[in-house]
Amino acid sequence: MAAPVSVQVEFGGGAELLFDGVKKHQVTLPGQEEPWDIRNLLIWIKKNLLKERPELFIQGDSVRPGILVLINDADWELQGELDYQLQDQDSILFISTLHGG
Amino acid sequence: MAASEDVLALQAEVALLEEELRLLRQRLEEATAKPFSRHAREPAPLPPKAALSREEILRYSRQLVLPELGVRGQLRLATSSVLVVGCGGLGCPLAQYLAAAGVGRLGLVDHDVVELSNLHRQVLHGEAREGHAKAHSAAAAIGRLNSAVQCVPYAEALTPATALDLVRRYDVVADCSDNVPTRYLVSDACVLAGRPLVSASALRLEGQLTVYHYEGGPCYRCVFPTPPPGESVTNCADGGVLGVVPGVLGCLQALEVIKIAAGLGPSYSGSLLLFDALGGQFRCIRLRGRRSDCVACGDQPTVTRLQDYEAFCGSSATDKCRSLQLLSQEERVSAAHYKQVLDAGEPHLLLDVRPKVEVDICCLPHALHIPLSRLERRDAESLRLLGDAVRKGKQTIQKGTLFPIYVICKLGNDSQKAVKVLQSLSIKELDSLLARDIVGGLMAWATKVDPTFPQY
Repeated sequence: MAAPVSVQVEFGGGAELLFDGVKKHQVTLPGQEEPWDIRNLLIWIKKNLLKERPELFIQGDSVRPGILVLINDADWELQGELDYQLQDQDSILFISTLHGG
Repeated sequence: MAASEDVLALQAEVALLEEELRLLRQRLEEATAKPFSRHAREPAPLPPKAALSREEILRYSRQLVLPELGVRGQLRLATSSVLVVGCGGLGCPLAQYLAAAGVGRLGLVDHDVVELSNLHRQVLHGEAREGHAKAHSAAAAIGRLNSAVQCVPYAEALTPATALDLVRRYDVVADCSDNVPTRYLVSDACVLAGRPLVSASALRLEGQLTVYHYEGGPCYRCVFPTPPPGESVTNCADGGVLGVVPGVLGCLQALEVIKIAAGLGPSYSGSLLLFDALGGQFRCIRLRGRRSDCVACGDQPTVTRLQDYEAFCGSSATDKCRSLQLLSQEERVSAAHYKQVLDAGEPHLLLDVRPKVEVDICCLPHALHIPLSRLERRDAESLRLLGDAVRKGKQTIQKGTLFPIYVICKLGNDSQKAVKVLQSLSIKELDSLLARDIVGGLMAWATKVDPTFPQY
């Protein structure tokens, strides 16, 4: 049994608009059998935080193309992507890329 | 005393006439400018430069005394050429600072013309340039700032047919564009031509900046292998942008270009700068490195020539608003038709589904306002308001006939989505409705029916 994990979930670049415009969310993920990873976190976010148009955030079991995921300010690709296991006090940032100029 | 006033008046008149002459010359140039082609206007490579002139020393003295730049860096700047893709909110401040710093040559690409709604952020263009090509307007402004900088305006879109040729002629490329297909096109062209790419973007109150394909760093495709779905991309017209935000990003972009051109090296290769203007925060994040399996810059690239980027991205290479077609012809009316409904005093309800911030800008006073987002989430309070209005309206028509609702938004996209929502509702008050939307929305109302109605 993994203990509850407290993480900061942030949205930016317009992704926050799918979350009532709220950029920073301090969340506590309940204890569960499996350790929390990004894959589980996405499911949890979809169920608990996402307010509208889930297809603009999630595609399949991952984020949609054009959203960068950053774990403690580093590209998630450097850290195992969906399989990264969340540590207490991690900061997870979802940034929608901008194209305007 | 009288004599000196005469001199001042004459000087002012001369300045005025000179400005007029310059404008005439520019219009002539614009009128005779030929579309960019392989053979047109190929400026010779910039010659090496051994020393600064007395005038150059004075002009650049405040940056020459920086040991990091010095004469060596200034000479490198003077022999560098930079291709600026997009002369808008990013490209204007970028080109301005590059010219002021003494970059040798600027290629200015933009297919668009100056519009009044550009001026709050595209600071090289003035009121007098409305309707003129942005590439020429920017070149004229740069010419006034630093006549030693060679400006090559390309008043057309960068296309897969022209991009590679063009990029090869410049040392550094700045992506100041406003759409997804162009961003992939510029990146691939830079990879194929072996040029570093300084890329920035801005929207609403946020900006992003990074350097691609610099000395083994990642390219755009390494970071974004798959383009985003079209409906997830917001342009400046829909999302809004505070003018100074692209201004800040364009300046930072110019800084990176200057550092690359002068040989100091960039700071944001392999990392991404995020600017949050509302929170007043700059944040730098570490990006992945070059992907060995990248289709453009990987070990075995499959993108060996430029392709059709509009097809690849499923969107067009402009930042113009898209026109959706969700409803049938019978479910839509023109702005002129709605004017007739109003004039005839036919009972109906006008439902304006724009966000409140846009209703505050302008509205038709008799409309009921319920933002699309609330309809989409079936907000109870909004449905109650709508139900009340419909019930009241139904009292004015014969029993058994359908009650007409006309849905309006800014351009006629959201109004179609709202009609779809209304059709899907199964609420007692909201049955026996005939919901239709107004094609082209309030902007069509402004152009076709009421020219005094504001456009935004």
